Amino acid sequence: MKYLFPILVILTGILLSYALYQALEVAPTDQQQGDVYRIIYYHVPSAWTAFLLFFVNFGASIYYLIKRCEVADILALTTAEVGVVFQTVNLVTGPIWARPVWGIWWTWDLRLTSTLVLWLIYVSYLFLRRFSSSGETPLLAAVLAILGALCVPFVYFSIWFFRTQHPQPVIGGGGSMDPRMLHTLLLNWLAFLCFAFLVCWSRFRLEKLQREVDKAHAMRSLMGDPEEPQGARDDF
Amino acid sequence: MTSNPYLFAAYAATWIIHIAYLSTIMRRYARLKREVDELNRK
Repeated sequence: MKYLFPILVILTGILLSYALYQALEVAPTDQQQGDVYRIIYYHVPSAWTAFLLFFVNFGASIYYLIKRCEVADILALTTAEVGVVFQTVNLVTGPIWARPVWGIWWTWDLRLTSTLVLWLIYVSYLFLRRFSSSGETPLLAAVLAILGALCVPFVYFSIWFFRTQHPQPVIGGGGSMDPRMLHTLLLNWLAFLCFAFLVCWSRFRLEKLQREVDKAHAMRSLMGDPEEPQGARDDF
Repeated sequence: MTSNPYLFAAYAATWIIHIAYLSTIMRRYARLKREVDELNRK
């Protein structure tokens, strides 16, 4: 068990490297876009991973509201934070891809705007967790997370039901993709999922340890230790 | 594969974001470890 995490880190590193090699060297070049289309191998898996993490956050938040389970609260915080990181990658790589293909960095179409709004909802969730010291914070955050998760299907299906600048989905949306490209895309998503799992694991352990330390400080304060630090956590 | 500046920028930005986030986790973990050591000493 002690070596499980380092072994998984090495295996994930190998998988990420192999997926990168497939994305840059093995997958065929797009006839219309040329090599710049290869941004899809990071842009789309980042979005899918973020959606999945927000879905886990949704489940954990509901469980917390029902059971008031601390582990569910930690899981919700962890998945929201890592989800925001992946969504940030999606929002940064999108405009870099859009510039050479569409001729613009950004357009306020439904898909792009709703993705930005979703990102802002989860960033506000993290700010709430960070700066509110009320005992009700996990409860309020769980409600906000549920509202945020309700936006995820809207973001995903916006390109199915509305005409947008953003292209149709690569899977299940009526579009077609070379099987070698699809294979590389799914391989990169698998690599990103493994990476996200390890990051979530690290962040989960960190949050658990942080709460134990906070409890130890609180206990010492109650026992009247004058050296105990007062005030909010310094997370950043 | 020909080199494309947009492709390079997108991949580099991805890993810069991930590495920056991982470094904040490591920094917070190191600070917590110091705190735990301090608590154990008291």
